Amino acid sequence: MNEIIIVAGLGILTLLAEIFNFKKILMPVIIAGLVVALVVAVLELQGSYFNTTFDASVLGMLDFDRFATCFVVLLTTIALLWVLINYNYFVDESNKADHLALILFAIVGGYCMVSYSNFVMLFLGIEILSIPMYVLAGSKKNSLRSNEASLKYFLMGSFATGILLFGIALLYGSVGSFDVYIIRAKTTSADFVMTPMFTVGIIMLLSAMSFKASSAPFHFWAPDVYSGSPTSVTSFMATFVKTSAIAAFLRLFYTALPFVPETFSRIFLILIIASLFIGNIIAVFQINAKRLLAYSSISHVGFMLIAVLFFADPRGIQALYFYVAAYSITTLAAFMVVKIVGEQSDGDENIFAFNGLVKRNPLLAGTLTIALLSMAGIPPLSGFFAKYNMLFIALNHGYFWLVIIAILASLVGVYYYFKIIIAMFTGVSSSSVPIKITLTQKVLLLILTLLIIGMGLNGYVLEMI
Amino acid sequence: MFPIILLLLPVVSALVLLALPSSISKKVAMGGSILSLFAVLFTLNTLRIDAASANLVFNKIWLSSLGSNLSFSIDGITMVLLLLTNILLPLIILSTFNREINKPKAYFTMMLLMQSALLGVFMATDGLVFYIFWELALIPIYFICLFWGGEGRQRITFKFFIYTLLGSLFMLVALIILYQHTLNHSFAINDLYAAGKSMTMEQQAWVFWFFFLAFAIKMPVFPFHTWQPDTYTNAPTQGTMLLSGIMLKMGTYGLIRWLLPMVPAAVSAYSNTVIILSVISVVYASCIAIVQTNFKRLIAYSSIAHVGLICAGIFSYKAEGIQGALVQMFAHGINVVGLFFVCDVIQRNAGTDTISNLGGIRTVNQRFAFWFLIIMLGSIALPLTNSFVGEFLLLNGIYQYNAWYAAIGGLSVILGAVYMLRSYQSMMLGNTSSNTLTFASLKKSETLFFSVIVIIIMVCGVYPKLILDIAALDVLKMIVH
Repeated sequence: MNEIIIVAGLGILTLLAEIFNFKKILMPVIIAGLVVALVVAVLELQGSYFNTTFDASVLGMLDFDRFATCFVVLLTTIALLWVLINYNYFVDESNKADHLALILFAIVGGYCMVSYSNFVMLFLGIEILSIPMYVLAGSKKNSLRSNEASLKYFLMGSFATGILLFGIALLYGSVGSFDVYIIRAKTTSADFVMTPMFTVGIIMLLSAMSFKASSAPFHFWAPDVYSGSPTSVTSFMATFVKTSAIAAFLRLFYTALPFVPETFSRIFLILIIASLFIGNIIAVFQINAKRLLAYSSISHVGFMLIAVLFFADPRGIQALYFYVAAYSITTLAAFMVVKIVGEQSDGDENIFAFNGLVKRNPLLAGTLTIALLSMAGIPPLSGFFAKYNMLFIALNHGYFWLVIIAILASLVGVYYYFKIIIAMFTGVSSSSVPIKITLTQKVLLLILTLLIIGMGLNGYVLEMI
Repeated sequence: MFPIILLLLPVVSALVLLALPSSISKKVAMGGSILSLFAVLFTLNTLRIDAASANLVFNKIWLSSLGSNLSFSIDGITMVLLLLTNILLPLIILSTFNREINKPKAYFTMMLLMQSALLGVFMATDGLVFYIFWELALIPIYFICLFWGGEGRQRITFKFFIYTLLGSLFMLVALIILYQHTLNHSFAINDLYAAGKSMTMEQQAWVFWFFFLAFAIKMPVFPFHTWQPDTYTNAPTQGTMLLSGIMLKMGTYGLIRWLLPMVPAAVSAYSNTVIILSVISVVYASCIAIVQTNFKRLIAYSSIAHVGLICAGIFSYKAEGIQGALVQMFAHGINVVGLFFVCDVIQRNAGTDTISNLGGIRTVNQRFAFWFLIIMLGSIALPLTNSFVGEFLLLNGIYQYNAWYAAIGGLSVILGAVYMLRSYQSMMLGNTSSNTLTFASLKKSETLFFSVIVIIIMVCGVYPKLILDIAALDVLKMIVH
């Protein structure tokens, strides 16, 4: 709860910065604020120091249980890293204060999505997160593709939100409450009968959440939006937004509807297999690095949904948390390199832009290689442990064939990740000018690399939740 | 304590190497690898004095929620492989002397990291740790082949990578299945052994084939060998040496340590099939080797033939077979590295390794012909060379299993003589060609390389007890269980 207040306060402060003209010191203040939010979240996680002022459960709307606090820590870390990485996104643009405020409010939306205990807050959280994203996707005002991305995202996103609302309404109709714990009590009681209204409501909820998490077959917006938006915004979508969406998805079952994944397992399996295959196979044919990463993120959602399906497994939530964390850090690293390389080649993010990168800047090439190897699931990088957990859970529940499918799909994944690696190491670059990066960027790249390597080898993140 | 020292030494030397200027990278790498060699000799000494020494085991709690601990241990079987790895590494680095290496820092770092990963594979006694090192060994060699390889390397190295990754992913599934059958949920090798034995026949069969797929691709055994000749031919000389000299042994070692004792019922049910596959790969690869026109490719195919025999010997599950496999793994490692260096010398001096373009090198450079002769005789298992002992024991083991298989497998010796002698004849004897006229005399480093190899070949051939004794007890223990 404290984090929401801190970050929302920062957002308002940012808007005021435009009026009172203290834009220069704004970025340091925001970074400091996010650090404070992170520290507070970690302290709450360790022993709920601040619960004297605020009840962990806020008026039955938000519930900062361990699940929520863990995800808040993760989201704040991602946000902080993201702001540091994309520092120049705000410096370059003329109206940085607006964009910053939008990002900060989006972060608040993410917090709501991982901590809701009432469907109204789920809806509000999604909206608070999505609306800034619609605007930010179009923040490269002169670019046609950016505008297209914004419009597409807005149209499709609001449509999905409509379906979500419809689903919530139908659920309300059959259960009579928005509160997750009341819904849980009613739906798990012995005399609960699953009416068609309830079933349709659930399916609508699932569809809307799959849309937000960009799982196939609800993924069509993702490639266009990812490739059209400015790279900084794309990396926010691929990490922060995805983490929030997946956490909200899981929380739906964790709090309100624990029996749904099992009852509707067929829908989940379709989502998983479709995401794994569509994501991986279409990614093979991409030549734009951002589109490629968009499709790869769809395939990662396929893996994540395995843990959502088997969330009741003792390791289910742990596995998902670790997967999301590993995926987000890795993706941040990858997009950071894509952004720097893209800026060098006039916003061209084709794979050819990566040709011979190792000669132009070994650190960038090294980081991207580690990140891609991690995404491909090569040990001992964190991506391996993430995938390992998923395979483990699926085998635990006897889904042997699902494991085989996941393995085959990730082998396909290796193909396109290595396409970039091969380009970096053996491709002939059109320009041999070394890419210069600042000291901050160097430090960040090293931190991200160490995180990618260390998160798996050190069991801390895995056992956190 | 020794396992962790052995593991970290190469990593430390890699770090030192990265910190120093690239002009002395070669020497630093050489120094580091010699240090590792001494460390392994010291470990060998400890093992001889007291096989139960606590220093040979390393155990540290690691990912307890995954049931995996950092545990390594060294016994006789492991020791043979450690010895091989650490003897070959200085030789492989020596083979770069007097050669221009592009980006030496990165090259030697990769080699040293590879060494560390390989040692990890051989020492790991925890399923997950084993798997991690197994995959880890793939990364440096992939980049060695990708960055320093020859024409068309992107496609070839990629095929190699995907192939081996496919196998190892299935091995991962097998490990998870085993893990789920352990009583105390642990990846410790002994718990996995117990779990494997407690499984039903059908489950054992799955685990067996998944493991076998990983190992068979790595070795490689027919029909999983298609990545191998291209990769060997295409990789830089040192990469080929690492692949054939050491990495191939990961597969055969895996069979001995991870497969045979793990699922005994499945092993006895399917060993016949596997031996047939191995014997096929012996004959098939030998026949293809005979018609090869490129010497490097010829060695690649001969390697498939040799490893096929090793695989068959291991699956005979007789003490002689497994002992023979260990001796032969060691011998093959030494010989094949020697052969690839021969190929490298020819390539450098004559500018080609196409057999028909060469000839009469003996008249130009007698010493070189002499070294080559001994290494070649070693590789065709002439008595008093190291691989004679290995092949003899292997065939003995296979004979005890089934005389026919031994008879067909024994063809490897005859066919081996055919292709090796023929290629020797047309490259070394006869009239000199325009390519070989200017064959330079050997450099000091080259002479040193060949003399070390030849001494090992002779010593192990005349006094094989050196190697046999290291693992004898452990092999017997394994057979009895």
